[in-house]
Amino acid sequence: MPPKYNIHTSPSPNRFKTITRSGVIAWEEGCLKCARCVKKDCVYKVYENRNLDARQMLDTLDSECQDCFRCVQNCPNRLIQKGLNPAYKALGDHYWTPEIISNLWFQAETGRIPVSGGGYGGPFSGPGFDAMWTDMSEIVRPTRDGIHGREYISTNVDLGRKLMFLEFGTDGSIISDVPPVIEIPIPVIFNLLPWSPPNEKINLSLIECAQSLGTFATIRQSDLKPMLERFLQHIILHIDERLENLKPEFLKKLRIIEIPDNTDIIAIIDRIKAYNPHLIVIIRMPLNSIAYKRVTELTEQGAEIIHLCANEYGLEDSRKPLFIKEMMKTIHLHLVEKGLRDLVTLVASGGIAMAEHMAKLIICGADALAIDIPLLIAMECRVCRRCKEGIACPVEIDSVDPAWGAARIGNLMAGWHNQLLEIMGAMGMREVTRLRGEMGRAMFFEELEREIFADMGKRG
Amino acid sequence: MESEQRKFNFPDVIRTPSRFRHTLGKYRIVINKSCNNCGLCVKLCPYGVYTKGVKRPRVVCEHLCTGLSCSKNSYYCVAKCPERAISLTINPSFEILGDKRWTADLLASTWHMAETGEAPYQDLNYKTGDSNGGFDKIRFVFPKKGTTRGSHKDSDIRQKDVTVADEEISTEIELNRSGDTRPKITIPVPFYLGGMSFGSVSIITMLSRVRAAVAMGTFCCTGEGGYPDELTEYDDHIITQVATGLFGVREETIKRVRIVEFKYAQGAKPGLGGHLLGDKVTPRVAHMREAVEGSALFSPFPFHSVYSVEDHKKHVDWIKQTNPNALVSVKVSTPTDVDMVTVGSYYAGAHIVQLDGSYGGTGAAPDIAKKNIAMPIEYALPKVHKFLIAEGIRDRITIIASGGIRTAYDMAKAIAMGADGVCLGTADLVALECIRCHHCESGRGCARGIATTDDELTGLMELEWGTQRIVNMYTAWRLQLIDILKRLGIKSVKELVGRFDVIAHLDYIKAGEIEGELD
Repeated sequence: MPPKYNIHTSPSPNRFKTITRSGVIAWEEGCLKCARCVKKDCVYKVYENRNLDARQMLDTLDSECQDCFRCVQNCPNRLIQKGLNPAYKALGDHYWTPEIISNLWFQAETGRIPVSGGGYGGPFSGPGFDAMWTDMSEIVRPTRDGIHGREYISTNVDLGRKLMFLEFGTDGSIISDVPPVIEIPIPVIFNLLPWSPPNEKINLSLIECAQSLGTFATIRQSDLKPMLERFLQHIILHIDERLENLKPEFLKKLRIIEIPDNTDIIAIIDRIKAYNPHLIVIIRMPLNSIAYKRVTELTEQGAEIIHLCANEYGLEDSRKPLFIKEMMKTIHLHLVEKGLRDLVTLVASGGIAMAEHMAKLIICGADALAIDIPLLIAMECRVCRRCKEGIACPVEIDSVDPAWGAARIGNLMAGWHNQLLEIMGAMGMREVTRLRGEMGRAMFFEELEREIFADMGKRG
Repeated sequence: MESEQRKFNFPDVIRTPSRFRHTLGKYRIVINKSCNNCGLCVKLCPYGVYTKGVKRPRVVCEHLCTGLSCSKNSYYCVAKCPERAISLTINPSFEILGDKRWTADLLASTWHMAETGEAPYQDLNYKTGDSNGGFDKIRFVFPKKGTTRGSHKDSDIRQKDVTVADEEISTEIELNRSGDTRPKITIPVPFYLGGMSFGSVSIITMLSRVRAAVAMGTFCCTGEGGYPDELTEYDDHIITQVATGLFGVREETIKRVRIVEFKYAQGAKPGLGGHLLGDKVTPRVAHMREAVEGSALFSPFPFHSVYSVEDHKKHVDWIKQTNPNALVSVKVSTPTDVDMVTVGSYYAGAHIVQLDGSYGGTGAAPDIAKKNIAMPIEYALPKVHKFLIAEGIRDRITIIASGGIRTAYDMAKAIAMGADGVCLGTADLVALECIRCHHCESGRGCARGIATTDDELTGLMELEWGTQRIVNMYTAWRLQLIDILKRLGIKSVKELVGRFDVIAHLDYIKAGEIEGELD
C-alpha cells in the first residue's frame, strides 16, 4: 500500500474583498438613540469589527454578517434591513453560479471542505451533474472511513495505455512490450485555460501547484517561456505550433504531450515514440456525437490517452448538445462493449466545477479529469470573462504571486481530494479506479422519476 | 383503539409570539411624517398590525398583515388613511430569507403556526417549497366538490362531501405491528420527533421538543449525545439512540425507555458519522459524552460491529435482551438498495424502520454529502413500500419517513407514498425561530440560541415558550392533516398509507387522466 496521500494546505487570504451574498443596510432617520443599540449585541461583532459608530447610517457588505437577523428583528424602529448584494447575483452565469464560485473561493482560501449546519437548501435536482446521486453503504455493505483517517482510500490513477495481459518468456521474463504509464495521486490534471488575462504568472502558479501535488499542468507550446523549462517533468505540453519547432531535448525531457486529433495522428505518435518511447501522448478531441466512434477507432490503433473536451458548460459540440456525463457514459459503454475499455485512459474536461462533478464523471466512465475554470476561481477569478474581450482583470490575476496562486490552487485541490474521499468512503470504495464506470452505484434522476412518479395519480 | 384516541386530550393552543421585538413578515409597513395620529388604522385593521402610539401609531405586528391582497377590503388602511401616510411594500429582507427547500414563505408560515396554532391566512405558500422536485411537485388529487352531487351512481363521491366532524377522523398510528409479545404503542399523531443530541442543540431546545412530544402524546429521540438528567421525568416519551460513536449510551438509560433507536446512518450525511465541532463541546457536553472539553467529536462510520444482516440482528438482540419491553427502531439512510436494507432490518427483528432521506437536517455536515449522497426520501419510500408488500411483510413493520419533511402536506404526501408516519426535526427548530442560516456548527453556535451550548445564547429562549411554539405548530399540522383526510373521504390516517392514487406528480399529469382538484 502506498503511503497515505495528503495535500498540504495553508490558509491563503484573499487579495480583494470577497463578494458576499447579502449585506446589512441601516438607516439613521428615525433612530431612537436607545441606551443600548441592538448593533452592540451582534454575536459576530459585525459592527464592532468595522470600527463603525453604531449610530451611523451604514451600508455594509461584510462577509462577517452571518444572516442571523437579530438586529433586523430587534431594532425598535425597524431601521435595519438585509439586502441581496447585486454584485453577488451578477457573479458568473447560469452554470458557474455565485454559489459555486463562492464555495470554491472558500476552499481556495482555507483548504477546508465546506461544512454547514441544517439540511441541504438547494433544488431537488437540476440539469447535468445535479441529476444524479451517489450511493452509500450500510448494514449489508461496509463503508470506509477515509477522512478521519483510519482506513486507506487510494485516489491514484494511471495515465497511459494498459495491456490486457502480459506475455512471459520461458525464463519468466516479460516479453510483452509494456507501454509507459504514469501514476498520479489524484485523478486530476490541469487543463488549458479557456480564457485568462496574460498568463505567465498564472502558468507558473499552475505548474508549481501541479508539481507539489504530483500531477501535471497543460501548457501551450506557444506559452513555453524559458522560465517554465525547469518544470518540464510536470508539464503536459499542448502542441499548438509545429512540432518541429520544439527543441528535441524537450521531447526527451517531457513525460506527456498533448496533440489535437487529426488524420495523421497515429503516424505522428509513431514518429514521436521512435524518438522517445517513454513519452506519453494525449490525443485531444472535442466531445461530439461521433466521438464514441473516433475513440473506438483510436483505441484500436493504439491510442494511450484520449482527452475529450466539452465546452465550459459541459456540453458537447452539436446543435442539440448533450451533457458531458451522458456523452462519457456512451463512450465508456461503447468501449466496454467492444472489449477495449481497459486499454485506453479517458480524460474528460469541460464544466467540471465542483468536487462532486469529479466523482460523478468518473462514475460515468472517465478515468481522470482535466479541470480549468476552477483553477482561475481559486485565484479569485469572478468568471466575468472580461479578459476574453481584452479588458483588465478586476482581480489582477495576471499579476499574482505564483507562490500564493499555487497555495490557493493546492488548497482547492485538498478540498476536492477530501470530498472525493467522502463520496468514496460513503460507498465503501477503496480505490478510485474501481469507481470508474460504476453506474450501478449511482442513482439517476431520469430513471428514478419515471420508476417512482409516472404511475401515481392513476385510479384503480 | 379508536375510542382511546378520542380520549386523548390534545393540548390547547396558547398564542406565543416571537421572542424578538419584530416578527419577520412578507410585507413592510411604514407610516410617514404626514400622519396626524387619528388612529383610524389602529381601529380598521382586524389583524392587529398597529397599536396606538404617542406621535403616530406603531407598527407592531407587520407579519400579520395580509399585504397587497388587502386592497379589496373595506378596511384597507393604505387607502383609508386620510393623510395617505401609510406605505405598504414587500419586505426587502424577505428576499434574503430561506432557500429553495425552506422558502421564506415556508419559514414565515411555520412561524405563524407556532405563534397561533393555525395555518396562515396571509398570502403565504405553506404547503410546498421551491425545490422544483419531489414533494414540491407532488399534489393531492382531491375529489371535486359538488360536481357530482345529486347526479348519477357516484354514491362514494357524494359520501366524501358529507361533512364529518374532526373528532371522527383518526390520526393515530401503531408503532409495534410485528405481532410479537412486546407492548403495543399507539401514538395519537402520525409523527414523532427525531434525534437531536444535547451538544448539537441547547438543553432548552431539547427539553422544549421533549415536552411538546409529551403534550402531543408522542415521542422525542435523544440523538447521540447522552441522556441528560433533566429528561428523566419524561422517560415514557423518549426514544434513546444508540449511534456509531456510542456517546452517552448506558445500560440504565436503555432500560428505562419504551423505544430504542439504532442510528446506522443519517440522511444528511450518509456514510459519515456524527460530527460535533470542538467549540460546542462544553464541560457539560464533554462529561455527558465522556469526552474531552473543546475537542471535536467524530462518530465513526459505520458500526464496525455490523457488516451484515446477521451482525445487525446481534445488535437488535442485544437491546432486546437489555430491555425486554422496548421496541427497536432502526434508522437508516437511502442507498440504492434501501429496500434490501429494510427487509434485512425487519428479519433482524426491528419494529420500526426509519428511512432518513438525503435532504434531512443536521448539526454539521459536509455540503457535498448533503447534496449528493443517497437518494431523496420521495424515491426511497415507494421503493420500500412496494418491496415490502411483495415480500408479504408490509403490515408487520412500521415505516417512518424523515429527511426533508417540512409541512403537514409533506407529511401527508409521505404517508400516501408508503410511510406509516414521519419523523421531524428541522420544522421544530423553525418553530423556535430558526432562520436557516446554516451556521449551527460554527463558533458559539446558533446566534438565535437554538443549536448552541453557549450559556448566554442558550438564555435567549425560555422553556415554556419553546414548548408551546412546537405544540402550536403541530396542532396546526394535525388540523391540516385532518382536513386532507376529510377532503379525500378517508377516516383514518392508516388508510392513507401507500395511496398512490390520491397523489400525482406535476411532470406526469396528462390531461384527462386526473379527475379532481390538485392541491
